[in-house]
Amino acid sequence: MSKPVKQIHLAAHFPGVNNTTVWSDPAAGSHIQFDSFAHFAKTAERAKFDFVFLAEGLRLREQGGQIYDLDVVGRPDTFTVLAALAAVTERIGLTGTINSTFNEPYEVARQFASLDHLSAGRAAWNVVTSWDAFTGENFRRGGYLAEQDRYDRAETFLRTAWELFDSWDGYRIEADKESGVFLSDPKAGTFEHHDRHFDISGRFNVPTSPQGRPVIFQAGDSDAGREFAAAAADAIFGRHSQLEPGQAFYSDVKRRLPAYGRTSEDLLILPAATFVLGDTDAEAAELAVEVRRAQVSGQTAIKFLEQLWNRDLSAYDPDGPLPRVDPDVSGDSISKGRAADRLYRDRIAVAREYREQAEAKGLSIRELMIERTSRQSFIGSAETIATQIDELVQADAADGYILVPHVTPGGLDAFADRVVPILQERGRFRADYEGTTLRDHLGLGAARKTAAPVPAGAVR
Amino acid sequence: MSPDPLLHLAVALDGAGWHPAAWREPDARPAELFSGAYWTDLVAEAEEGLLDFVTIEDSFGIQSTDFNDVDDRVDQVRGRLDAVLTAARTAPATSRVGIVPTVVSTHTEPFHLSKAVATLDYAARGRAGLRIQISAKPHEYALLGRRTTEPVALADINTAEVQARIADHFSEAADYVEVVRRLWDSWEDDAEIRDAATGRFIDRAKLHHIDFEGDWFDVRGPSITPRPPQGQPVVTALGHATIPYQLIARAADVGFVTPHDRDGAAAIVAEIRREQEFAGRGSQTLHVFGDLVVFLDATAAAAEERRARLDEAAGTPYTSDAHIFAGTASELADLLADWRHAGLTGYRLRPATLPHDLLGITRELVPELQARGLFRTAYQASTLRGHLGLPRPANRYAAADPAVDPAVDRAAEAAPATAGAGH
Repeated sequence: MSKPVKQIHLAAHFPGVNNTTVWSDPAAGSHIQFDSFAHFAKTAERAKFDFVFLAEGLRLREQGGQIYDLDVVGRPDTFTVLAALAAVTERIGLTGTINSTFNEPYEVARQFASLDHLSAGRAAWNVVTSWDAFTGENFRRGGYLAEQDRYDRAETFLRTAWELFDSWDGYRIEADKESGVFLSDPKAGTFEHHDRHFDISGRFNVPTSPQGRPVIFQAGDSDAGREFAAAAADAIFGRHSQLEPGQAFYSDVKRRLPAYGRTSEDLLILPAATFVLGDTDAEAAELAVEVRRAQVSGQTAIKFLEQLWNRDLSAYDPDGPLPRVDPDVSGDSISKGRAADRLYRDRIAVAREYREQAEAKGLSIRELMIERTSRQSFIGSAETIATQIDELVQADAADGYILVPHVTPGGLDAFADRVVPILQERGRFRADYEGTTLRDHLGLGAARKTAAPVPAGAVR
Repeated sequence: MSPDPLLHLAVALDGAGWHPAAWREPDARPAELFSGAYWTDLVAEAEEGLLDFVTIEDSFGIQSTDFNDVDDRVDQVRGRLDAVLTAARTAPATSRVGIVPTVVSTHTEPFHLSKAVATLDYAARGRAGLRIQISAKPHEYALLGRRTTEPVALADINTAEVQARIADHFSEAADYVEVVRRLWDSWEDDAEIRDAATGRFIDRAKLHHIDFEGDWFDVRGPSITPRPPQGQPVVTALGHATIPYQLIARAADVGFVTPHDRDGAAAIVAEIRREQEFAGRGSQTLHVFGDLVVFLDATAAAAEERRARLDEAAGTPYTSDAHIFAGTASELADLLADWRHAGLTGYRLRPATLPHDLLGITRELVPELQARGLFRTAYQASTLRGHLGLPRPANRYAAADPAVDPAVDRAAEAAPATAGAGH
């Protein structure tokens, strides 16, 4: 029996504070004015995408004790932008990262349930946890929880929020003017949750939202993160956009589903992906080189290297060779507020790898950093990109992609105008929305109820 | 110098209206209280009436007739949406009216709320504010589980112990507002430079740690959100007694008070003005708005009749912290014109039922006030600060910048302060 043709899912990530965004491009607009978000979301909706995605930041990044100033700095509040976008769009899903470390479950559950109501069923939550006391310095909770406790808190946080979303199960707003009954039952919203992190009880004051609860995204790549996604998430915001790593991740996560009574359709794998679109493949390839050079300037290359070397390398020439000195492993990281910092657990070993790669290919610091940080997924003409995406999805490297353009906010326009029609013509992507909620667009069934949604040890 | 002849007008939006039986009125839309369209329609109507702003009520807990606990009633509106998100949902669909959601200082993080309201200000292009509110209800504390509070019996309200607890709540609220304002200022207006020549997106010398240290929280900053269009969105608070009046005098741009007659209004205004002087803010604009619940109809008899009908549906006469007015728009205009001589610079009207009493305000009261020369006939500004005659504040961290001339602010603030000192 031949494998059925998969429908592709597409979404768009408003580029945030990293070196993906080429802010010096003459076409680059504001990353903070609401018009930029409105333009971006409307383009994604015009293209019939599943959702737009916003990341979150809770402290400005610092390096060497100074605020990092080479990339876009600053962003608006996730919830507030999404609620405002609900006013200027009708169908597109509204997905946001919200941290579970510096919030309380009652408040976050209330905000997401509110967003789901205000958008008529288009809200989604990318659950993350923050690990550092650096970010904690902006919050009452601070950074005092030990690492293991923070993970444990994150798991219970989601479990608790889920209980709150379900607390109106079976209860309704009657609003019957004739009889004078507003509420079906005085117990509506009653909940109680007691564990070592949350000792809370009372009545949740937001009735069941259109989707029952927001769509849940998971973004971690660890074994426990995958397990959590298999148990509780509706989609994974993945990081493997190439064929083989994508397939490996895809099959690994999907094979975990049956243990939780779920099937392959219950969890979508949607990696982030960049693209460079040209009139021809050759033109796109040329443009991609330019984009990469704009993304990794000489200064940015040195800053990247400092993050690994953990030393001030400002005296080095980005067009020269790598430092002979070894990374400093004696102290705290000089880079603060960057998730990628955790990738440098063994700095000496990674530096050795860098040196080997640079020597083998004769690369300067900047050339090496351009290679090492390359995240361009799709480069080519509209035809080529449409084909690439389709092949990867049909090969089970993903169920679709979350596209991150390198220019804000118009970087999605050409994709919407040129790539999407090709996919539609080939019958691989919807010509119009069939439903009204994000769950509809993602092809997910009704929201699952509380029953142990989050296994212990799942969030990493 | 005579006070500004024009009154400021705001409207307080809550559920189907402030009367507990409001949702049963023929024009009420109780099944839509949780939809974006309902709130957008109300805010757009306030804009039709050229009002300065709307406030949106909120609370962490479910509504209850019992202050200290949840009740088991099913005949009144229960449940509400987050006010900041509701405000954001209405912002792109309107263009002039100010939008002021309620923010609970007791259970939230000033860092989160600072960026949320700054973002609302971006989405509304300079029309955002916040109403700071404390929570003193034990059942609301139980929702968060981080701390507890004891029930308060009304009879004990003036005991030293209860007063000390209230003072604590308001002290936390004052710190909260201070943190939020510092975070709004933590980016100088021109911090984003996009200097391709040096490769720098921002000038980090124009970003500032706020380093707030207090009894309830320490916050390092800077904000992740650049300084909002108004510099600082408008801060408002409701008060009924000296401790909250002190918060209004020290930390707010607009205070809401609940006098029941003209003399009472004069006494409250005088107390707030004294506190304002004491706080060293005597030269700054601080509006004091009278709060009134309103039933508006074509005749006074019709308004009274409607009030009686609603009371009957509710099973008990409606009472409020604020004065309850039932009558015609012309009679209400008389009252507003009279009480302003007590020093009130505006009013926040609480419609008893929605949309009926909101329409009474926008389509009957406003024309009546306009005919008397007491209310604007067109918006003169596009920002909430502009409507209220509040200057765009200089950034405290840019104080050394010679481009900022403090004399300009002083001149802009002179008139309303004189109005307040007139009694």
